[in-house]
Amino acid sequence: MIMFIIAAVVMFSGVTGSLNVTESLEADTADMLAHPNSVPEFTEEETEILGQILDVEAEGDVMATGELNPNHYQAQRAAKVVQHYLNTRNGSPFRLFRLSRVHSGNLEDLVDSGRKYQLEITVKESISNTTEKLSASVLFPREERQGSAQVQASCDELLKVNITAQEEAFYQQYKNSQNLVSAQYLPDSHGRIDDDMRPFWHLSIVASSFVMLKESNENTLYNMAQVANVTQLATENDQLKFDGHILLHDMVSQEIIHWKLQFTWSPPEGVKVLQMEQLPHCHHCEKPQNSN
Amino acid sequence: MHSCVGLSCVLLLTVIGAATVERAEYDYFKYHPMSEITGWMAQIQKENPDLVSIMDYGKTYEKRTISLLKIGVNTGEKKKAIWMDCGIHAREWIAPAFCQYFVRQILDAYKKDPKMQEMMKNMDFYVTPVLNMDGYIFSWANDSTRLWRKNRSPGPAGCDCYGTDLNRNFDANWGTIGVSFNCCDQTYCGKDAMSEPEAQAVTFFVGTRKEDFLCFLTIHSYGQLLLLPYGHPNFTAPNYDELMKVGLAAADAIKKVHGMHYTVGTSPDVLYPNSGSSRDWSRMQGIPYTFTFELRDNGTYGFELPEDQIKPACEEAYSGALEIITYAHNKTFNGAVATAAATLWTVLLTVCVTSTNLM
Repeated sequence: MIMFIIAAVVMFSGVTGSLNVTESLEADTADMLAHPNSVPEFTEEETEILGQILDVEAEGDVMATGELNPNHYQAQRAAKVVQHYLNTRNGSPFRLFRLSRVHSGNLEDLVDSGRKYQLEITVKESISNTTEKLSASVLFPREERQGSAQVQASCDELLKVNITAQEEAFYQQYKNSQNLVSAQYLPDSHGRIDDDMRPFWHLSIVASSFVMLKESNENTLYNMAQVANVTQLATENDQLKFDGHILLHDMVSQEIIHWKLQFTWSPPEGVKVLQMEQLPHCHHCEKPQNSN
Repeated sequence: MHSCVGLSCVLLLTVIGAATVERAEYDYFKYHPMSEITGWMAQIQKENPDLVSIMDYGKTYEKRTISLLKIGVNTGEKKKAIWMDCGIHAREWIAPAFCQYFVRQILDAYKKDPKMQEMMKNMDFYVTPVLNMDGYIFSWANDSTRLWRKNRSPGPAGCDCYGTDLNRNFDANWGTIGVSFNCCDQTYCGKDAMSEPEAQAVTFFVGTRKEDFLCFLTIHSYGQLLLLPYGHPNFTAPNYDELMKVGLAAADAIKKVHGMHYTVGTSPDVLYPNSGSSRDWSRMQGIPYTFTFELRDNGTYGFELPEDQIKPACEEAYSGALEIITYAHNKTFNGAVATAAATLWTVLLTVCVTSTNLM
């Protein structure tokens, strides 16, 4: 009697096991046979799930406001703008801010001014490797003529890291230098940066942040890809002065955008950008339109 | 005094002897130009003739031969398969580095890990270290070409620029979203779906074997993401929930290695919408577990990831990939056995309890 039951169970399980595999293959076949431009035919269960997702998508398209998923692109792009802002305010050869995590995000559509993101993020100061959690807001104006994104954020804790001695030493080293520094391709193709060139790489990132802040909107995600060239000019008004040719990477379009900058730095004044100019990326291309 | 000199001589001779006897080991933690990668593939095949064969499966625009390493135990039977490609985008150098590391790891694991031995018996691994060879070689030409992304086919008549974005060229909602029709742009999707020989090679090789493939993993950088199909916001994969679950498990595995956070989700959710990707195409063929890996970093070095980060980046990505591969394997090969065993034990217990009550 027991042997009969065991035998029946074994036979039944064998059939059950193979059924699981077949089910998923059937769904895949339906998916595959559907014309690429039509909504694929799904099982009932899958249609339900798809329906729920489409409902959410539709809601998202109409409203796109309220509580945001911190891992999704809206909050991430806005948070990156906060990074650029913090670098313009407090970046230096020895202080650089990086977005570390986005914890929460909320989006409000303000009829007259634009779209306002409220964020809780963690920022890392990458040289001291210290982090700070902070609240920030980013307002993207509705129209381009209203200017670039407006950010409110501050990282008081990270500013307490003492870099005065390093800044002063670096400043004195290059202020009255007879040999003006020049460097190409930071980092190089293999990701290398000479130790004594690192502060110039940091300075270039900070200068780039002015451009990235100005150029950012809800459809961009900027990082500085590489410094093609940074050349020191004669010190002016006690400011170290530089010409830079930098390459920005916009993740959304995947484009590499060339910018020429002239910028200055000193410990009391921080980084200031005197001139910025976008360059066409190929000599026979037309000058790119400023449409964002 | 004499014994010290003698000892030094002995040591010196031993070192020289050792140096001449040992081959130079391949450095997996440096970036290698295409010629060295090709040489490495031949070497791997030579060192593991029972497990590894090289298959040529297409030509690039500039007529280079696209090859993969097929790795697995030769059982003489038709086997299930795992697909991995690296270097579809030229500037993402960490990706080919990872494919090479992955091959080394699975061959190493095969020597001592019973699980890998089981997986290599049941499945073959098809690994393409550099798919976009023309683009990769171009990115090595000089400092100013380092950030090239596309392949090297010329643009259509009337457009001076080169290159099609191979990851927008596959026949999967081709040309619908997240692409440019300007041949100078980085996401130019080509004149037609599958217009590019590199995309054709993958389509033909995988397409003629699609029932065999359990996983299709395509490796990119940067961004620290695990992307699920589809790139088009209006389409959801039939196994979306499962892909999310497996992806999150992979991200967990990645985090355990060096603490790095990888975000999991569809492209439209976590990055941007797109169409014509190899991942979407392979999912549409019915291959169940298809993921895009975007490796380190998050924008600090971007495409020029320093060589001292190759090792940790590869170690964590390997953990993630293995999680997905093991899941796919176990679902296919242990599923039936596990269900049978569980059911059998349940019935036996019921019978025993019933018999005890009756007695």
